[in-house]
Amino acid sequence: MLRDITLGQYYQTDSVIHRLDPRVKLMTTICYIISLFIVDNFIGYILAGAFLALVIKLSKVPLKFMVRGMKSIIFLLIIAVIFNLFLTPGEVIFTLWKLRITREGLRQAIFMAIRLVFLIMGSSVMTLTTTPNNLTDGMEKLLGPLKIFKVPVHEIAMMMSIALRFIPILLEETDKIMKAQIARGADFENGNLIKKAKSLVPLLVPLFISAFRRANDLAMAMEARCYRGGEHRTKMKPLVYKKRDWLAYSTVVCYLVCCVVFGKILL
Amino acid sequence: MGIVETKNLVFEYIRRDEEGNVEGITRAVDQVDIDVKQGEFVAVLGHNGSGKSTLAKHINAILYPTEGTVWVDGKDTAKEENLWDVRQKAGMVFQNPDNQIIGQVVEEDVGFGPENLGVPTEEIWQRVEESLRAVGMYEFRRHSPNKLSGGQKQRVSIAGVIAMHPKCIVLDEPTAMLDPNGRREVIRAARALNDVEGITIILITHYMEEIIHANKVFVMDKGKVAMEGTPREIFSRVEELKELRLDVPQVTLLAHELKKSGLKLPDGILTFEELSAALGYGKKK
Repeated sequence: MLRDITLGQYYQTDSVIHRLDPRVKLMTTICYIISLFIVDNFIGYILAGAFLALVIKLSKVPLKFMVRGMKSIIFLLIIAVIFNLFLTPGEVIFTLWKLRITREGLRQAIFMAIRLVFLIMGSSVMTLTTTPNNLTDGMEKLLGPLKIFKVPVHEIAMMMSIALRFIPILLEETDKIMKAQIARGADFENGNLIKKAKSLVPLLVPLFISAFRRANDLAMAMEARCYRGGEHRTKMKPLVYKKRDWLAYSTVVCYLVCCVVFGKILL
Repeated sequence: MGIVETKNLVFEYIRRDEEGNVEGITRAVDQVDIDVKQGEFVAVLGHNGSGKSTLAKHINAILYPTEGTVWVDGKDTAKEENLWDVRQKAGMVFQNPDNQIIGQVVEEDVGFGPENLGVPTEEIWQRVEESLRAVGMYEFRRHSPNKLSGGQKQRVSIAGVIAMHPKCIVLDEPTAMLDPNGRREVIRAARALNDVEGITIILITHYMEEIIHANKVFVMDKGKVAMEGTPREIFSRVEELKELRLDVPQVTLLAHELKKSGLKLPDGILTFEELSAALGYGKKK
């Protein structure tokens, strides 16, 4: 169950999307999320869906990787749909006991579901096609101007990239500790919520201890390799915009304009 | 003066209670004098808690001496202004392969050291390629480190150190968490670096088989250097090693026992070939 989260997992292949500058991918993802909240008719969502489908196709990442990431939000998705379905006031089309489904509610629920699914898939495309190091490089560069306000941009980027690198390792470790505790008679499956939460203590304590130990080791290893913060540091892969990046930017602008025109103004 | 030299090196771990009062002092390294020449392959041997890892961390300026001095390439490690020079000259590979790889892709990790040194971009790529080829991991440059075996991860870590162009590499129990295959890979890589590139290797270990090829061996016990010499000299003192709770390779032990029961054998036999030759096998053919 813990292995199902694909957010932050890089899918190794070679595609146009993989080669794009991470800054382009970051900006595109942000624009895409904004576009999902701008549009509120079917044409808009078809547009958003088509854009996503095109990007997924170009990225050469198998669809099952994105769907796998979806499992983690299924609960959230159901709650959002139910709330929208029953609690939106408007023209009643169906009544079940005290619950009323309205036309507006139905519409809202469907849109909300599509929105969430697209949102997760859209951001998975970014994380699946960009190495975390690349991603944080992009963020560091994009947020660079904040350095004037004494924001430790490099340090934040480094922390994020390390956190991402350790996600799979810590997941594996969690699995291992879980199995070890189950072998000693721990029960993670049964009981009510409080009991279940309590049963997590023997899982989390060793996990935290090991995470601290790892952090200590890693800090030492980084220092041993002359790490001293962002100053005087050169880049192995400096970010330089290429022709395809500008092309991607213009595509995104076109898409945004289309979204505003078709998804918002024309109803 | 050699590449690494220590003089009267003492290091004490100070334990403090919650108020910060000194509770106890543990002397981890006690009056150690070692001298390692450029290009040597040196092994430091000792059981857990003998102070060998603490000694290793002094060579990379991760720890500073409580008393005495450590020089790396003629520079005093305790001086602030020498810090980055020392760390570049003496690279370090640690025990746990997972906890020292920073990059998400093999080549990015190898590039981490040169990036920190401020090496220009084109040269970083050159260094990464050279280093990965030197440890035989070039084909894996685009892989995620999580998908590599333990031995491969350790070789990537070694490449990450070589990319900084050190004069000396300290390997702090690099094979302790590996299976026999991984262990062989790592030791082979270290020996190749020593032979081909002439990089000084200081191998900290508690596996006896790994020190056979060293030029010099230091055996540590309770923070002190208990024995010093070539592997052959060390292995001919089987009784002393046993007292230090160190296992002797089986062949050496067998030869030692045979000799004790009256067979005429030379001291310090290290390999099966030597033993069978000494016993007169192979002559028949």
